[in-house]
Amino acid sequence: MKMKTLIAVGFTAALMASTAQAKTLVYCSEGSPEGFDPALYTAGTTFDASSRQIYGGLVQFELGTTKVIPDLAESWEVSDDGLEYTFKLRSGVKFHSIDGFTPSRDFNADDVIFSFDRQRLSDNPYNAYVSGASWEYFNAMSMPDLISSIEKVDDMTVKFVLNRPEAPFIANLAMDFASIMSKEYADQLAEAGNMTNLNQAPVGTGPFQMVAYQKDAVIRYKAHPDYYAGKEAIDDLIFAITPDNSVRQQKLVAGECHVMPYPNPADVQSLKDNPDITMMQQEGLNVGYLAYNTTQEPFDRPEVRKALNMAINKQAILDAVFQGAGQATKNPIPPTMWSYNDSIEDDPYDPEAAKKMLADAGVSDLSMKVWAMPVQRPYNPNARRMAELIQADFANIGVTVEIVSYEWGEYLDRSKALDRDGAVLLGWTGDNGDPDNFLAVLLGCDAVGGSNRAQWCNEEFNDLVMKAKSGTQEERTKLYEEAQAVFKREAPWATIAHSVVFMPMRNNVQGYVMDPLGGHVFEGVDLAE
Amino acid sequence: MLGFFLRKLALLVPTFIGITIIAFGFVRVLPGDPVLLMAGERGMSDERYRELLKEFGFDRPVWVQYFDYLGNILQGDFGQSLVTKKPVLQEFFTLFPATVELSLCAILIAIVVGIPAGVLAATRRGSFLDQTLMGTALVGYSMPIFWWGLLLIIIFSGWLQWTPVSGRISLLYFFDQVTGFMLIDSLLSGQKGAFSSAVQHLILPSIVLATIPLAVIARQTRSAMLEVLGEDYVRTARAKGLSESRVVGVHALRNALIPVVTVIGLSVGTLLAGAILTETIFSWPGIGKWMVDSIFRRDYPVVQSGLLLIAGVVMIVNLIVDMTYGLINPRIRYD
Repeated sequence: MKMKTLIAVGFTAALMASTAQAKTLVYCSEGSPEGFDPALYTAGTTFDASSRQIYGGLVQFELGTTKVIPDLAESWEVSDDGLEYTFKLRSGVKFHSIDGFTPSRDFNADDVIFSFDRQRLSDNPYNAYVSGASWEYFNAMSMPDLISSIEKVDDMTVKFVLNRPEAPFIANLAMDFASIMSKEYADQLAEAGNMTNLNQAPVGTGPFQMVAYQKDAVIRYKAHPDYYAGKEAIDDLIFAITPDNSVRQQKLVAGECHVMPYPNPADVQSLKDNPDITMMQQEGLNVGYLAYNTTQEPFDRPEVRKALNMAINKQAILDAVFQGAGQATKNPIPPTMWSYNDSIEDDPYDPEAAKKMLADAGVSDLSMKVWAMPVQRPYNPNARRMAELIQADFANIGVTVEIVSYEWGEYLDRSKALDRDGAVLLGWTGDNGDPDNFLAVLLGCDAVGGSNRAQWCNEEFNDLVMKAKSGTQEERTKLYEEAQAVFKREAPWATIAHSVVFMPMRNNVQGYVMDPLGGHVFEGVDLAE
Repeated sequence: MLGFFLRKLALLVPTFIGITIIAFGFVRVLPGDPVLLMAGERGMSDERYRELLKEFGFDRPVWVQYFDYLGNILQGDFGQSLVTKKPVLQEFFTLFPATVELSLCAILIAIVVGIPAGVLAATRRGSFLDQTLMGTALVGYSMPIFWWGLLLIIIFSGWLQWTPVSGRISLLYFFDQVTGFMLIDSLLSGQKGAFSSAVQHLILPSIVLATIPLAVIARQTRSAMLEVLGEDYVRTARAKGLSESRVVGVHALRNALIPVVTVIGLSVGTLLAGAILTETIFSWPGIGKWMVDSIFRRDYPVVQSGLLLIAGVVMIVNLIVDMTYGLINPRIRYD
């Protein structure tokens, strides 16, 4: 007891002493960042440690929503043909000063052009500044095909010229890969022959600047004193890297950290019951699905797909696989996304009717494969278990299922094949909050043989989605709502679930807002005394 | 002695070559490749896939890649991580001290507790104490480490709050890593309370990591002691009228230690490479977790060079163990 009191008093006193001098918020993060140049990577853990604290973009997502609002650009105009985006930049924005670099000028158009040119022009010295710099997101969002040129109109004005109208373009610019870097810093590093430091010692315009990173242990940040929107209320931000979720929970309960991500679903209730902990929750911007191969007999017929969908007991899956951290989904986009069509009725769970539909369609003694992913993903915490439940559900209507699985890389590759045998369990997590990022990417005709795992090319659906690539949000919403109705009628997937994300934190954490895009952002967070 | 040492060293060369082949081949035998994993659900076009393979040099014949790798190793170039883009050697030396510190503490606990326990059990063979000690050792040996670590955290950090949950030192302390060994660095920092914080953070992970080697050492000591206690020279020592403690502690134990030292040597090797679970539970930034993460990401350079570096350390430790036999038992000669 003596020891306990001593340590408890010591720890609290030390923490309080430190809060008296400086407010320190400790976040028990789930993993190590791969680096600090967000454009080189695609992992959320890396973005949390880099872009979401250190960098700003031309535009940003309004915290808690997927609405795009100004950041380093004060305003922007889109030409009538949808091909030219002109950004008026914010003046007086300061970059971080770190050991070895003190900016001599404010942010301007050169920084914007540098940040994109390094990703799109192979003759830019930073295009290959680390080996295998693949600029994955820049490519995945089709930016090389999309951007025709980026022009400096004057110091504080930049114009992007596109090859074709693309309404989601503006949302792409709020993504992590579009973080704005300091050209002055990059030039200084290049001169010193130390270019890789751009990925190790970051300089941005964001609310926090990095102080130190001890690999796999701790990342330390301090508030950017000259942040354009005002200095943060907390002085220091610490990421204590804690990979195991049960240990993170123990640390949170013991007061060793203030906020933690990804609690174990089985522990959510005990955390909710803890009087020192506040539990926030939100639907994740993702969807887990079973995609039939719509080019293969008999799955090329909507009535067969529909019958199979009606045989799946989603509630059982939610209970067994998601353990309460999921919600049944009826549309291919999650409900937090604009244009979500709530008027759509989901296929009812009705094995008897399903059996009859199959018989009416002349399908009997059907045997098929169901592919189960070998990894845990937010949209599917246990694909094997899910596949087993679906196997049992299908057995109820006389369909025999064989479950197959491959190593993750192989799985992703093989499941793309046009002649793939079987229905595949997979899912998607949104990148930019735009419905196009789900509907065109996962179900568009262009994506057949790629990310369209149902190999489904429906002209009516595709026309709606392509038309929605331009226009106002209101116009686009109508088109997407209609597209969702076509999707439900044609049933290329069984839509299964989207996850519910939990975020437990100590009661004294104030102003934390959950990001529907899955990020962990500490701008605007404070600690009560 | 020198001849023995040189002979041993010469034997390491084929072992080293063998390990490079295994390390290089192992990660390539696994299905999937780093480029596919990098793309994830988003995927990439075939053209881009081939472009990236070429950029990483994975499009060349495997044997060309192997000799390239071997040539680089001989020049001291261990490659660069595909993920973090940092030199493998730099990452290894950042993380290795943490693993060494933890392993040394664990082996120390295992020796200090394991040998006396084994001796006690042997001298009281068949007694209640013997059965209790060996029963406990068996439990320790079969303990699921992940469960055991979490259980200790829940009891000692959660309920009793005697020890911190995880990490190497309280986040309140912030100083440069001079040696990478937190116990030393915390002393060098001169910050009040830093050293005791580092010690507190070491307690639980050391105990967890020590559990299995402790059980092995205790059982090995017991069986070696039982064998030695029946020898003629022990009977002679007793007949001479030496005290029991001198008979057991000097005459018997010293002779029984040879197999125990071998076990300790092997345990150090296992600990260095096998601290993965303990490192994961206690968020300990060591090489075990680094290797596992790299295998999952198919980070070829890290896996092939990391395995080689770890194997190198294990070989050196075993060489040292071989050399210490002579110190314990002068009858062993090296020439």
